[in-house]
Amino acid sequence: MQLTGAEIVIRCLQEEKVEFVFGYPGGSVLYIYDELFKQDQFKHVLVRHEQAAVHAADAYSRSSRKVGVCMVTSGPGVTNAVTGIATAYMDSSPLVVISGQVPTAYIGQDAFQEADTVGITRPCVKHNFLVKDVKDLAVTLKKAFYLAKSGRPGPVLVDIPKDITTHKCDFHYPKSISMRSYNPVVKGHSGQIKKAVQLLLEARRPMIYAGGGVILSDASDKLTQVTRMLGFPITQTLMGLGGYPATDGQFLGMLGMHGTYEANMAMQHCDVLLAVGARFDDRVIGNTAHFGEVARKIIHIDIDPSSISKRVKVDVPIVGNLPDVLDEIIKLLEAAAAKPDAKGLASWWKQIDEWRGKNSLRYTQGTDLIMPQYVIEKLYEVTGGDAFVTSDVGQHQMWAAQYYKFDKPRRWINSGGLGTMGFGLPAAMGVRFANPKATVACVTGEASIQMCIQELSTCKQYRLPIKIVNLNNRYLGMVRQWQQMFHGNRYSESYVDALPDFVKLAEAYGHVGIRVEKPADVEGALREAFVKHKNELVFLDILTDQTANVFPMVAAGKGLSEMILAEDL
Amino acid sequence: MRHIISILLENESGALSRVAGLFSARAFNIESLTVAPTEDASLSRMTIVSIGSDDVIEQITKQLNKLIDVVKVVDLSEAPHIERELMLAKVRATGKDREEMKRVADIFRGRIIDVTESSYVIELTGNGAKLDAFLAAIDGSLVLETVRTGVCGVGRGDRILKA
Repeated sequence: MQLTGAEIVIRCLQEEKVEFVFGYPGGSVLYIYDELFKQDQFKHVLVRHEQAAVHAADAYSRSSRKVGVCMVTSGPGVTNAVTGIATAYMDSSPLVVISGQVPTAYIGQDAFQEADTVGITRPCVKHNFLVKDVKDLAVTLKKAFYLAKSGRPGPVLVDIPKDITTHKCDFHYPKSISMRSYNPVVKGHSGQIKKAVQLLLEARRPMIYAGGGVILSDASDKLTQVTRMLGFPITQTLMGLGGYPATDGQFLGMLGMHGTYEANMAMQHCDVLLAVGARFDDRVIGNTAHFGEVARKIIHIDIDPSSISKRVKVDVPIVGNLPDVLDEIIKLLEAAAAKPDAKGLASWWKQIDEWRGKNSLRYTQGTDLIMPQYVIEKLYEVTGGDAFVTSDVGQHQMWAAQYYKFDKPRRWINSGGLGTMGFGLPAAMGVRFANPKATVACVTGEASIQMCIQELSTCKQYRLPIKIVNLNNRYLGMVRQWQQMFHGNRYSESYVDALPDFVKLAEAYGHVGIRVEKPADVEGALREAFVKHKNELVFLDILTDQTANVFPMVAAGKGLSEMILAEDL
Repeated sequence: MRHIISILLENESGALSRVAGLFSARAFNIESLTVAPTEDASLSRMTIVSIGSDDVIEQITKQLNKLIDVVKVVDLSEAPHIERELMLAKVRATGKDREEMKRVADIFRGRIIDVTESSYVIELTGNGAKLDAFLAAIDGSLVLETVRTGVCGVGRGDRILKA
């Protein structure tokens, strides 16, 4: 039987067992939305802005290990989605974005709502397609799902001209697909893995540095096993949090620009470094020349060869799927006659404990002003450390990463690579759709939240009981912090004047709003939100100390061990 | 260091812009770029000349391999290879210059492929240095226009780039 292109799109999504499509209709996707209306195998989530559709699909994927799917119309639908797509691309999130396009005959004629979608999105997708023949549609969508989730995952966009959605052809959805130009490596090179194990066993000052790849590839169990077998210290990047239990004694905290003193010092001074699914980016390593001043052997496991030796030259590159490679390492360690250097390790841990003694995340909570760090610590307590926490971008993001101890993977959802303000609320929606019973908190600031605040309406429509923890310091906090530290206290355009009354705003959207102004009220307000109003969206507008800064801090371009600590100022 | 990178890629619309976009997005250098379909019509072969340190060339190769449309990438300059470039030079050829121009073209094993009363078009093949040498050998004021294809290259002997 022949199906229309629109019917084929729906059938493909059903074949892929898609649960939710996050999207927004428009002219060029009308036929697809018409078919969507006629089926009930998957649900469509209507957002209020296309950027939010992509963020929601992205977080749905991050919190569920499934491919996120979104659908937008041509022209502005796509351009609005670009920020979301770029966010997913930087954090390697598997997405399939279906975009409408003007009819084939109109392409290139500056038609109404026409944009060169494939051209605009090309640098921020893993791959994209323009479907020119309805006969290619099913196989193209199959390829899109395959590409999105295999290898190093990423967003894939399929642009479908309107006339293609009305053309008819036989429907056949391929079971599997192979592409001669795309063969991601799975198994690591066994010789390299042997070399790595030997280096690990000889190390005197070892360190494990794990990133978002651990979360994406579901490697946390294996990583935890390797780390415990070796007894080595471990640190994680912003994207890796939850990949190893944060409450465990071997965990040194997050590293990087706002990493703990002990994590950064251990990273800088180790003699053997095992990098797992991380990419040595500028916010993690800071100045690579300074990092290179200490001689160390680096083992780097990653699925993406181009992530290896990109910023920091490594000694033992291992390209492969993390769980497979870590499994090989476990087997070799079990079989090895040698054990890790106990004496070397003991004195290394002694040194690390000294660094830990600095207590670099210390802060003082007085009786007048609410410290943002305190709010996160209380949030951790009230949610039993078991919430899904999404965040926006800025100081609040760093405090959430520093003070909420994530013991499980896929619980911490933030825009680490692109640093997209406006991510938090739509991300919380996606998380809640993927985990309909879970506690979901969105840690945000009064500036970030306003970049996608229209989604409060979506939350009402779908009854999403998200708890918004707004650390309201009446500043673009991170911008203000840099201006204070590096721009002579000139707070250029970083004060957010004329803020709305967030409590009334939340109420206007049909939610509960609570304002908190005193430290003594923080815990009670959190309990009210998470317990009393369990089934409602609560907007907690928490007025925090305007002068609070994020520490430790490695200034841009500085070396990892050149940290500024709170006490230095 | 100058490198000649040969790429086999799917002959799909947009494949060229993916490669060109990668170079500009990552601030890689392109000296020349040529592309045409191969004997297998589903594949194109592209030759890029780039200048960069070994680390940069390694990144270029890895990033190219990461493009979904790219089937194979090889750095020709890693081993013995042959490179050629084609130039068409339109030159003024009148009076005593007419004979001299023909003589220089012969010396460089160029061919005159278009003749008018006042001009020649000379076809010249070789590596870039040879084409430069030809231009240096003739009177620059006689050059009306030139067009060069950019380098294409192939490995010597058993080195074969196939899908």
